[in-house]
Amino acid sequence: MIAIIDYRAGNLTSVRLACESLGLDAQITSDPAAIRRAERVIFPGVGAAGAAMGHLNELGLVNTLRMVVDSGLPFLGICLGTQIILGHSEEDGGVDTIGLLDGNVRLFRPGDPLVKVPQIGWNSVKQKRSHPIFEGIEDESEFYFVHSYHPAPTDPDCVLGETDYAGVTFASVMGKGNLVATQFHPEKSGRIGLRLLNNFANWNGIPEVGGRRSEVGGQEC
Amino acid sequence: MLTKRIIPCLDIHDKKVTKGVKFKNNVVLGDPVEMAARYYEEGCDELVFYDITASAERRPIDIEMVAEVAHAIRIPFAVGGGISTLDDMSRVLLAGAEKVSVNSLAVKNPDIIAQGARAFGSQCIVLGMDPLAVDNLERCPSGYEITTRGFRERSGMDALEWARRAVDLGVGEIVVNSVDADGTRAGFEIQLTKLIAENVPVPVVASGGAGNAQHLTDVFEQAHADAAIIAGMIHTGDTTIPAIKAELVAAGIPIRQHW
Repeated sequence: MIAIIDYRAGNLTSVRLACESLGLDAQITSDPAAIRRAERVIFPGVGAAGAAMGHLNELGLVNTLRMVVDSGLPFLGICLGTQIILGHSEEDGGVDTIGLLDGNVRLFRPGDPLVKVPQIGWNSVKQKRSHPIFEGIEDESEFYFVHSYHPAPTDPDCVLGETDYAGVTFASVMGKGNLVATQFHPEKSGRIGLRLLNNFANWNGIPEVGGRRSEVGGQEC
Repeated sequence: MLTKRIIPCLDIHDKKVTKGVKFKNNVVLGDPVEMAARYYEEGCDELVFYDITASAERRPIDIEMVAEVAHAIRIPFAVGGGISTLDDMSRVLLAGAEKVSVNSLAVKNPDIIAQGARAFGSQCIVLGMDPLAVDNLERCPSGYEITTRGFRERSGMDALEWARRAVDLGVGEIVVNSVDADGTRAGFEIQLTKLIAENVPVPVVASGGAGNAQHLTDVFEQAHADAAIIAGMIHTGDTTIPAIKAELVAAGIPIRQHW
């Protein structure tokens, strides 16, 4: 069973429907016991970082998330879920977030007034290193984004995919060990997004060693 | 690079997709779920559904239809018409829609925008506006007045002032639907779209008047629209989404080509 974590951060229906359309057994839950029993975990979310952290604390889920990631279960963050697994967000005047990955979350500040915030729409993802979740997905494929803030992880080796917007190249896919996280919404990204979700559902949580697409050197996360 | 979005609009009346000119003389075109599935397969980037009589008939939106659409497609869609409360928004979003669009009811009760943005995030709240070109620049300095209830009433509000206020209240996107161009298939109203797009920090969706791919190229290049709504030109089978996209790509517009 895939646990889709419910922490009152927006609409989880589309994640569940996307999983169902792939024939996957997925349940929306905020029950720590159910989450720990799951075979893998999806941590989605839309909305604001401050409210999201408030809800996670009220529900007592922060430790559960740490335990899930420490236990080696495949873990997929989506959108706000991706942002708040970093350590700090500029949103809501500055919020300390979960810190499963080092780094922070920054507001887009376009110099050009015709570049709009939020970024809404389909943008391409440059694959920086090979990973099982990219299997069968062409480099520079487009995914659906909706966000005003973007991830800025400290460790460049955690950047699996990059996207350009508002004058920055940001980490649109991050990964470390059994954890992967996308700033875009795979559940709303058509067939290519479904492929990524299906790759996640078939992934054993071990990132493949080697296979680096960029010329930049570095260690596997 | 962020691509320009092509968004088919499905006007729903009595569970069927209809199309009219300036909100009048609507003819039935088909089943909304089947049409949504077809446009999804053909590569549209997003969809929007307006329950065009819900507001006038003072009845809630057809949630069953929203849920059926959510089952059928794996791209974002917005739903508008008859949304007057946070509870309405919540039901539409929980049924699987990505965004809700508010229009007439937000003109009467602007606070619904702020409430919705607080509860669900700005990215969920779309402002639909139906501006009409007017001569009275004292009343409406931008030259455009907001109409409501399917163009039936004039609000006295200036279009640009309303757009800016709505952004301050928390909308994440604005659909600018020209009353003058709606249903004409003679091209988007460039001047109006450009005016709003150049003066608000959120994405602007051009609506009303799309008749061919050149009209979309024009509104993207000249008016800086982030997305464009199309309806009649594809509903009638005169052209298809892949054909429109091919023309836009040839014109150098950034467009999603693989799906």
